[in-house]
Amino acid sequence: MSKEQISGADALMRSLHEEGVDIVFGYPGGAALHIYDAIFNQQHIEHILVRHEQGAVHAADGYARSSGKPGVAIVTSGPGATNAITGLATAFMDSTPVVVISGQVKSNLIGTDSFQETDMIGISRPIVKHSFLVQRAEDIPSIIKKAFHIATTGRPGPVVIDVPKDLTDPEYKFDFDYPKGVDIRSYKPAKEGHSGQIKRAVKLLLEAKKPVIYSGGGVIQDNASSELTKLATLLDFPVTNTLMGLGAYPGTDQKFLGMLGMHGTYEANMAMHNCDLILAVGARFDDRITNNPDKFSLSAKKIHIDIDPASLSKIIDIDVPVVGSAKECLDQIIEELGVQSHKIDHDKLKPWHEEISAWKEAHGLNHKLLDQKPTGGKILPQQVIQSLYKETKGEAFITSDVGQHQMFAAQYYFFDKPRRWINSGGLGTMGFGLPAAMGVQFAFPESDVACVTGEGSIQMCIQELSTCLQYGLPIKIINLNNAALGMVKQWQDMNYGGRHSSSTYEDSLPDFVALAESYGHVGIKVKKHEDLESAMKECFALKDKLVFLDVDVDPNEHVYPMLEAGMSMEDMHLSKEIKTW
Amino acid sequence: MKRTVALLMENQPGALSRVVGLFSQRGYNIESLIVAATEDSSLSRLTMTTTGDQKVIEQITKQLNKLIDVVKVLDLGESDYVERELLLVKFLHESVNKEVIKELNGEIVFENNELLNIQFVGTSKELDQVLKDLESSNPLEIVRTGASGISSNLKTLTI
Repeated sequence: MSKEQISGADALMRSLHEEGVDIVFGYPGGAALHIYDAIFNQQHIEHILVRHEQGAVHAADGYARSSGKPGVAIVTSGPGATNAITGLATAFMDSTPVVVISGQVKSNLIGTDSFQETDMIGISRPIVKHSFLVQRAEDIPSIIKKAFHIATTGRPGPVVIDVPKDLTDPEYKFDFDYPKGVDIRSYKPAKEGHSGQIKRAVKLLLEAKKPVIYSGGGVIQDNASSELTKLATLLDFPVTNTLMGLGAYPGTDQKFLGMLGMHGTYEANMAMHNCDLILAVGARFDDRITNNPDKFSLSAKKIHIDIDPASLSKIIDIDVPVVGSAKECLDQIIEELGVQSHKIDHDKLKPWHEEISAWKEAHGLNHKLLDQKPTGGKILPQQVIQSLYKETKGEAFITSDVGQHQMFAAQYYFFDKPRRWINSGGLGTMGFGLPAAMGVQFAFPESDVACVTGEGSIQMCIQELSTCLQYGLPIKIINLNNAALGMVKQWQDMNYGGRHSSSTYEDSLPDFVALAESYGHVGIKVKKHEDLESAMKECFALKDKLVFLDVDVDPNEHVYPMLEAGMSMEDMHLSKEIKTW
Repeated sequence: MKRTVALLMENQPGALSRVVGLFSQRGYNIESLIVAATEDSSLSRLTMTTTGDQKVIEQITKQLNKLIDVVKVLDLGESDYVERELLLVKFLHESVNKEVIKELNGEIVFENNELLNIQFVGTSKELDQVLKDLESSNPLEIVRTGASGISSNLKTLTI
């Protein structure tokens, strides 16, 4: 049977279809026009036209994070490619599977400073897991196959495919044959952990009197939440999650300590500092967790499970490193514990649980703020999150931007399920929230999707309100409006004598209600505490509409707890007045 | 601490820039770098000398291994190995004493009425010493290739 002859552009779309892609986010332009014609001529894949390429990559990222399937963005050369860079860096820092296809100028023009030419491979090199410059049209199917394999396996990450325009020329056709499998000799990510290391880990787990499980985004990426929960239950160990790991362990469970690190809970940070064993899974001991590495949890033995060998002993020396997927390794540990189940002794952990409960009682977050009328008159940002939690019954997908609102959302919304909390943890990208929410809403059209944001962040990708109108996305934008770059201002309050250098713009903010309405959406303004809950209710009652809920919150509120720089994890500011050291 | 790391990578455009980029991106030093295609034309072999403590070297090898184009990495300093570097020096005829060159195991690889090009082969340390000894002869130009290395046991950097 003779194979079908198709063009490079058609081969590109066919390959994406072969990979199970049914949606791509993008923006056309000269170098990508052949590809866009191929998009027009096929039925399997829906193309979502964003308003800025950064939005395309964030949307693909949000789609990937919520669904677990790779997200795809298509951009043109030059400015299209450079606009995608922030999205790529965001995906890279949080290890999410995103494939970005960038048009490139014709092969014979590369290197000649031609119109809309930029060295996409060069510019994106440090922020991609891998990249491909297509050199022959016939290579497109095998490159797509490899790109998806690389993006989704091992430690996931973004992959760029740069396609010169001549290689998608509709006049040049070749035999299309999609590869069945993929074999890259230099890329064989580990799955199972080394059995000797698993045994060593189990020995430490059984000996521990003051253990903590510290789990991160890797558990979510690897769909290992149920294994994590099973292990914690089996051993009766307390669990803390990183910002990226929220939802990997049920946020409402008694054994959950909340988030740890920079703005982690008192009990989580105290437990990390005072424990005798840390089981780290799919987390990377980054600076927002450890604070000063020289003072980090000095009395604890450390077990670290990670798919990326380079994460092990990178910052903190590890006693038992285990290279492997979170799911496989946790399963192996559970299995080994099954063999040695007679050695599991919950009673000896009792004093530790009591110690943790005392911490929680002393300085735990106040989760009953909502019913209290704020003394300063202004709504507290935490109350907005609690109201959101109450209204959505903890079931919504929550995306966020970056700053105080992000931390308040992480602290006060309990995520019982993985992939519900979508935020830019590693790169800290303002502008991520709204386009990410679009990706989530496309992945889950029937679910409530809320973007918790601030009036600073939302303006960084506000143009996507237009995309939301075009595709009828009923996202709920919860804007914690404190008329300032809150986190910057907080640092300036704490470390720069209250000099608010370029962190306020009160007189020049748009009327967000009118702005939302001008895009055909609904805008609701909330100024008073007594209106908050009814407005939140109204917001989610409008099932088919995007609602921009603009809430004036107390501009003087700070995020606490907060680790003191250069010190250990137990050195925290607990409020403007109270610190632990 | 100086260390020599050797690796095999895909012999294709962009592979070298990923390796070199990794070093600047993560703040590692490259003291020398030498790279050429191998007998298997799909692979290039790269040898670099770098500095750092054991923890840094371990990170370097792990990060190199993560690059998709890198097929295999060997930290030569982990066991015995032979290191050699090539040094070429140019002298004016009148400024150099051939006896000294001979004592230093130099080999004359070009000579005319005006000048001499001399080749030295040795470890980087030995060549440092050679250059010190030749200082008084006022070399016109000095070029060093950077060190290459091969392990002195059955552990091979091959696929």
